[in-house]
Amino acid sequence: MTVEHASHPVPSHVGEVIVEARGIEKYFGDHHVLRGVDLDVRRREAVMIIGRSGSGKTTLLRCLNFLEEPTVGSVEIDGLRVEAAPLRARSRAHQEQIRQIRLRASMLFQEFALFPHMSVLGNCIEAPTRVRGIPRDEAVGLAEKYLAKVGLIEKRDEYPARLSGGQKQRVAIARALCMEPKVLLFDEPTSALDPELIGEVLHVMEELAHEGTTMIVVTHEMHFAREAADRVIFMEGGVIAEDGPPEQILNSPREEATKRFLRRFLGEDGPPK
Amino acid sequence: MTAAELRPARAPILDDIVAAQRRRRRWFRGQFIVVWVVLVGIIGVFLWSSGKVSWDFIFQSGPYILQGAGITILVSLVGIVLAIVLALLGALGRLSSNAIAYSLASLYVSLVRGTPLLVQIYFIYFGLAFAGIRLDAIPAGIIALGFNYGAYMTEIFRAGIQAVPRSQLEAAQALGMPERLAFRRIVLPQAVRIVIPAIGNDFVAMIKDSALVSTIAVTELLWRAQRVGRSEHQVLAALTIAAVVYWGLTIIFSFFQERLEKRMARGDR
Repeated sequence: MTVEHASHPVPSHVGEVIVEARGIEKYFGDHHVLRGVDLDVRRREAVMIIGRSGSGKTTLLRCLNFLEEPTVGSVEIDGLRVEAAPLRARSRAHQEQIRQIRLRASMLFQEFALFPHMSVLGNCIEAPTRVRGIPRDEAVGLAEKYLAKVGLIEKRDEYPARLSGGQKQRVAIARALCMEPKVLLFDEPTSALDPELIGEVLHVMEELAHEGTTMIVVTHEMHFAREAADRVIFMEGGVIAEDGPPEQILNSPREEATKRFLRRFLGEDGPPK
Repeated sequence: MTAAELRPARAPILDDIVAAQRRRRRWFRGQFIVVWVVLVGIIGVFLWSSGKVSWDFIFQSGPYILQGAGITILVSLVGIVLAIVLALLGALGRLSSNAIAYSLASLYVSLVRGTPLLVQIYFIYFGLAFAGIRLDAIPAGIIALGFNYGAYMTEIFRAGIQAVPRSQLEAAQALGMPERLAFRRIVLPQAVRIVIPAIGNDFVAMIKDSALVSTIAVTELLWRAQRVGRSEHQVLAALTIAAVVYWGLTIIFSFFQERLEKRMARGDR
């Protein structure tokens, strides 16, 4: 299905389209998880994807940087277009294209996935030095800049095991920023956190959104989506069911499915019927 | 009133609990020592009363046998290093999507685990000689031991690599790391931490299995014990000395292994 951008006004701060997913379909065996998704994300736009578990939102995110190879479709990020190639997914040329896509779109995970055998600083400089080929001291400078941004510069020599969940996710954000990607992909970044630690992560993300970092966030945090999103996408049954500004999707959704989801999810605070 | 005055006094029973715990620990340790000393003493008395063990022989031939410990350690150390290399290659093969690599690794593991170590030692020492490859006894023994242990450790390494969460590889790849780099820098170091206790175990086991290379005349502990024991008609005494030295070596290396494990556990995890 096609997403009609013309139907809602584009916020003035966003730029040209930088992520362009076309006709994404994904099967796990016979299970049709994504049933044809088109998605455009513009520069400096913060897009939040909501929906029930099993609606395909995480799979869509993982297809965008090919952690899952889509069965059909294409993804273009910052001018690099990669076609789904399930039959030659392991070919060297395709793997290299995927790697280039990942340099443009960095992923944050639910379970943080910091490297436990490296210090916080080591986590941050590993990929910049070995993948981008930046000299070590330059990479350290970069890491310090982004660690300061997430408020963890004093933890630079700690090992991940000594950090709280919230701190780990903030380090993971700094680590991703060190690659200076064009887009950040967040896969339920606060779902594995104790309730009292969620705020610090959302705070960092909100700051990034307001500074104009392009991001696509799969989340269950409706309040956060309302505050930080430029656009909210509701997914249902492997397609984008509704797409619009947060006020519209969260307060006065048009689709029955969206209304049902929000009613169940938000309970009393749900949108009017 | 200060906060300190407000805090309730430390309950007196706490001191009694601590004292009781300490007593229990001391009692445990005491029993442990008694059991060991008594049982080892009984074995010693038994050997002594058999009349087949003479102090003269122990003092005269002990040093000669003990010199074999150096060879035993050398063979085991080089053997375990070879085994680690082979195990890593084997594990990569077993996890490979390349059919040839997988087949080779599987054949290696199956063949080595399905035949006795003694047969493997003969094959490498005598069998290869027929094929025109003449190895000295020590290299042949090292290769046989490394080859054998490498097969067993292949499965350990494979399990260790698989025990590293998949998200670690994904996180590395999401940062643009090619698969090989991600494996070498992210997955492998974590897998090594997981398998270190098992490597330690295998090293201690190899110290004892290295006795088998005495059969191809490597002048290690057991070979020397048998040789001098036979010529002096003190076989039992010579074997006893060898046994004590093997035991001592394993105790020493087990001690180091435990310390290493503790350090890894304490470290940065």
